[in-house]
Amino acid sequence: MNINIIIQQVINFLQLGSIYALCALSFTMVYGVARLVNFAHGSIFGVSMYVLFFASTFLFERIKSPWFVYVIVLIIASVVTSLIALLLESAAYKPLKNAPKIAVVVSSVGAGMAIQYLILNLAGSKALRMPALIPNLRIELAGIPVPLYKIMVIVIAILTMVILNVIIKGTRLGVAMRAVSQDRIAAGFMGIDTGRVVSASFVFGAVIASVAASLYGTAYSIFAYDVGEGIIWWSFIAAVLGGIGSISGAVLGGYIIGAISIIAPILLPVSSYKDIVAFAVLIIVLLVKPTGLMGKKDIEKI
Amino acid sequence: MNNSKRSGEPILKVDNLQVSYGKIAAVRGISFEVYRGEIVALLGANGAGKTTTLNALTGVIPIKDGTITFNGKRIRNLATNKITEMGMVHVPEGRHIFPDLTVGENLRIAAYLYEGKDRNLFLERRESVFALFPTLKERINQQGGTLSGGEQQMLAIGRALITGCEMLLLDEPSMGLAPMLVKEILSTVEKIAKNGQTILLVEQNAMMAMDIATYSYVLETGKIVYEGTSDSIKSQDKIVKVYLG
Ligand SMILES: Nc1ncnc2c1ncn2[C@@H]1O[C@H](COP(=O)(O)OP(=O)(O)O)[C@@H](O)[C@H]1O
Ligand SMILES: [Mg+2]
Repeated sequence: MNINIIIQQVINFLQLGSIYALCALSFTMVYGVARLVNFAHGSIFGVSMYVLFFASTFLFERIKSPWFVYVIVLIIASVVTSLIALLLESAAYKPLKNAPKIAVVVSSVGAGMAIQYLILNLAGSKALRMPALIPNLRIELAGIPVPLYKIMVIVIAILTMVILNVIIKGTRLGVAMRAVSQDRIAAGFMGIDTGRVVSASFVFGAVIASVAASLYGTAYSIFAYDVGEGIIWWSFIAAVLGGIGSISGAVLGGYIIGAISIIAPILLPVSSYKDIVAFAVLIIVLLVKPTGLMGKKDIEKI
Repeated sequence: MNNSKRSGEPILKVDNLQVSYGKIAAVRGISFEVYRGEIVALLGANGAGKTTTLNALTGVIPIKDGTITFNGKRIRNLATNKITEMGMVHVPEGRHIFPDLTVGENLRIAAYLYEGKDRNLFLERRESVFALFPTLKERINQQGGTLSGGEQQMLAIGRALITGCEMLLLDEPSMGLAPMLVKEILSTVEKIAKNGQTILLVEQNAMMAMDIATYSYVLETGKIVYEGTSDSIKSQDKIVKVYLG
């Protein structure tokens, strides 16, 4: 292997890891704040992909500036998925406030399937190709040509994580989220509107999922109505690996899954063995530390 | 101790409060009043319905029937945060401090409703909390979860005071504490009342609670079976023996 290939693979790892990290992060938000395992989240990601596809196809025919289009379609996708996430919260979760946890899981799986089949009915089963949301210039890194979009995927993902961290550590809403995450009842006694904070976590999840979808579409372009299924699956594994509900854990888990997905196919004879490796890592981590790498015993999750 | 304050408009008036868990009636139509500046004790054995009553007052659990009037306003089934905003704050059984936040952060969250507008008010209130509980100042950078039981109780009370409430609901502040510490906490509660807070104090530790409360209600299986000034209750051996032993 020469240095050129190694650099390419490191960039591929950072790209895939960043996307998994964002996906896991978007999935873990709701759990961290509200202790809800939101399996409908994959469908939110799927909706994002379709909104990004249709909106960008429409706008690229009319607007010349690609970055402008990217920002606009990202905002549109974020708004649409936030509204769906809020709808989901009030239709699939709020009515089950006092129901057993398993009912909520079943409800979220069902809601996710309903959204996925709605996508299938509206947009068809044909695979689509996402327009190039991020302009693809080639730049040279130490003499090695690197497609700019890969770097931008990594940069945008990391920027999103940094912004999220600033919001959670430094803003009033972030403080409220941490309080609700640690003790919802006590947060109410402090005057925090806990219902609104939980809703906010659904919106955060949807917006981060939209950013992740825009990066996924940029990196891998081809997708179909069931794109969310694989994503939610790997997000869940990454989040559990890092410690479900923990933001830093989701990021770590995302990059570990990304690393396995890149390294395993190089070392193993069959590329799909990477899934087995990922599961093996997950099982070993959970055996050694049942709360996941960064998870604590049901306290501070975000 | 006298009961001269028990007249006029009560700050809290509870009328025929009923709360059920499914089919089980935990609070079965109780009525009581708390007047401004008083310490009122709600006494009773384990399972009598004391915690349920406080949870119903602050919207933690839904109410089946009855009216609750705080400061002249009906608050039945308002959300917990709204009740805090109105000035009645619950210090729950088991303290419920934020375990992974430091003492300082726990106190700061209590200023959630106003800190953005008036940071000095927060600092002022925090100083008065430190005056009551100097230990909290020493431990300001320590994580809440690492405090001892007594310190956690101080933090929980201090946090409630920083919200700027008019009335505190204290659920078994003495639970799990050594007798010396119980005395200390209860005498601080008395001090807090002298500073102008109104206090509804829930205790199993009846004799100690009546030492600081002016008026007491005795709860048994969801009903008020006796009420009176603490002195009058203490003088009745039968009540003390049957309900408060
Ligand atoms: N979450 C609950 N679900 C069902 N029953 C409960 C619940 N909480 C309390 N109870 C019952 O309600 C009654 C009153 O309990 P509680 O208010 O906790 O009493 P106290 O605080 O006076 O010890 C008890 O019989 C208790 O078993
Ligand atoms: Mg109790």
